[in-house]
Amino acid sequence: MTKNMTKRGVTRRGVLKGGAAAAGLAAGSGVVTGFPTIWAQTIKDITLNHTGMSYSTLIDIARQASQDLGFKVEMSVTDHPGLTNRMVNDPKSIDIADSEIWQTKVYVPLGVTQAVDVKKIKLWDQITPLYKEGKFAGKEVSREGDSPYEIMYRAATDAKEFHDGPTEWATFMPGVYNADTLGIRPDLVGRPVTKWGDLFSSDFKGKAAIQNIPTIGIMDAIMAMESSGELKYGDKGNPTREELDKTIAKLIDLKKGGHWRALWNTFDESVNLMASGEVVIQSMWSPAVTAVQTQGIKCVYQPLEEGYRGWGNGLALMSHLEGIRLDAAYEYLNWYVSGWVGGFIAKQGYYISVPETAKNNLSENEWGFFYGGKPATADITSPTGEKTNSAGDVRDGGSYEERFSKVGVWNNLMTEAEFLFSKWNEFNAA
Amino acid sequence: MNKNSLITYLQVAPLFLVLLLFVIAPLALVVVVSFFRYQMLVGLVPDFTFKNYIDILTNPTNWWLYLSTIRFTAIVLAITFVLGFWISYFLVFHVRNLLTAIGLFLVCTVPFWTSNIIRMISWRPVLGKEGLINSALLQLGVVDRPVEWFLFSDFSVIVAYVHLFTLFMIVPIFNSMARIDPALLEAAFDGGASRWGVVWNVVLPLSKTGIALGAVFVVTLVMGDFFVVSVMSGGLSGSATSGIFNDLQFLNYPRAAASAVILVIIVLMIAAAIFRLVDVRKELAR
Repeated sequence: MTKNMTKRGVTRRGVLKGGAAAAGLAAGSGVVTGFPTIWAQTIKDITLNHTGMSYSTLIDIARQASQDLGFKVEMSVTDHPGLTNRMVNDPKSIDIADSEIWQTKVYVPLGVTQAVDVKKIKLWDQITPLYKEGKFAGKEVSREGDSPYEIMYRAATDAKEFHDGPTEWATFMPGVYNADTLGIRPDLVGRPVTKWGDLFSSDFKGKAAIQNIPTIGIMDAIMAMESSGELKYGDKGNPTREELDKTIAKLIDLKKGGHWRALWNTFDESVNLMASGEVVIQSMWSPAVTAVQTQGIKCVYQPLEEGYRGWGNGLALMSHLEGIRLDAAYEYLNWYVSGWVGGFIAKQGYYISVPETAKNNLSENEWGFFYGGKPATADITSPTGEKTNSAGDVRDGGSYEERFSKVGVWNNLMTEAEFLFSKWNEFNAA
Repeated sequence: MNKNSLITYLQVAPLFLVLLLFVIAPLALVVVVSFFRYQMLVGLVPDFTFKNYIDILTNPTNWWLYLSTIRFTAIVLAITFVLGFWISYFLVFHVRNLLTAIGLFLVCTVPFWTSNIIRMISWRPVLGKEGLINSALLQLGVVDRPVEWFLFSDFSVIVAYVHLFTLFMIVPIFNSMARIDPALLEAAFDGGASRWGVVWNVVLPLSKTGIALGAVFVVTLVMGDFFVVSVMSGGLSGSATSGIFNDLQFLNYPRAAASAVILVIIVLMIAAAIFRLVDVRKELAR
């Protein structure tokens, strides 16, 4: 019995050793693709776990990746606090963390991720300057809130702080991003909606909603406060305690006056509120607008005078990845920006960090509609194939350039975040 | 130690070990962490501080949240008790055929074949502005505009709680009532007691154990909930537990742990009060 086990153990270890050596050789020689058989055999048993939020952690992406790459990619969906919690408390349960920009401020100082070696990302040169240089269409991008450039780099792969200015070590590989605004039901609002301040307008008493995710909900509130002339902020992306006090006081006032029909927590709640007509103006995410449209109900992602609330995601590599699993993770990152994902998520209104590759995965009509701001020449469908727009429709807010050059503020983790949370709790309890 | 008591200890050991591992140890950890210090975005720092408790107890918001949760608990307890008692009463004493009674009892559990979340969410299309009830009322001309307080209000929260938790009242009460000897009731009738007199003087006292156990279930479920209240009130009401959830978003485990300890103490106090009124152990040994 004992003899048998030892024998088997040795054999298995031998196989593993051989595999690792071959992989090392292949990776070391830098011509991984030159040894497809070795690569395919050693890598096929690997499963990479991609964890992130519902809007970007899509099972379709995992399916396509597994098919194209020859190893398995699995998706687990969580919410914002869930992701940071898992990254910190159970880091080995995740291989690739699909995090939002501001979340890097939680996990980078804790050292749970390794920086991405930009030399290993083949399309790094083509990644949008929005992340890499803090510029867009030749102009500086707003730095109010946590703009992607500020957190983009680290000094070394295991550095626990951000580096000012480009290095070869990226905090994460830029992924999907978008410019958010308010969603409205054009058939039910009864008047033009042009500014963030309309969210507070008494015209929509009992028919408005705001998202109940404090870090993002507060941004919508701040945009509305400043727009309606209630308060002028020093830095909308990093308000002071006093500013937060006044903002939350206003939210509570509105709540007591019956202004809010609901505060939504999840994506599908926002869809249902809008589709059922319970709410006619609210904080919204782009795929939610698409989801309402697929039900044949008119819903507009309304561009507003003060600009958009920008956000972005990136794929971070967890620290425990090494050897062949790390190689596989880099393969996945390279695949992620190579086009399929960009084409898929464009249809829910998102942009990808290498737009050129998305173009190859979209029809001319779709590319013109989603990125070009041109009228659709035929029906536009959602990622799952349902019709969202008819020929002749133009994307709300126009082209990629037009929308992203109007980002007024970024989703963020403010200095007074802890204070914000206790104040937000008061808003909930009021 | 004589042989007998050794055997007793051995018999108790498995349960004790399970409780030690899965109740006492985690709870002890929570208590320890509740005295730790929180460092912004870093998490726990071992320490011994009362700051977390002071933070919670001096913040009026928390008092409001507790008051609101206790109010919900009291209302839900009252409604589920009335429903649970009469449904069980009907099943045990009015349905003559045992098989039918068990069949009907199983019917009560049918909603539990789907998930909690679905049972809760499905109230929305019923109660909403363009929902079933409002459409019916509008078409019948009872109201001229949709009734808004049906959904996203305290009312909808209570409807969902009652729907979700009544079974937890029915099961133990049904169980206690089933153990009542029907001869007792007949004797009471023969002795000249009225129908109400029998319910009040015979059935109710003999169902005390079930009521107490059901009440403990309902109290712990409602006190520990933040999801139902958040979804059914449309996020407009909070609960005692939502503070814990908010703290976790920023890895503030120490304060979340302190909130948990306070919640455990309050729930234990309520449970103790219930068991004070009804000596379950004595009743069960009956």
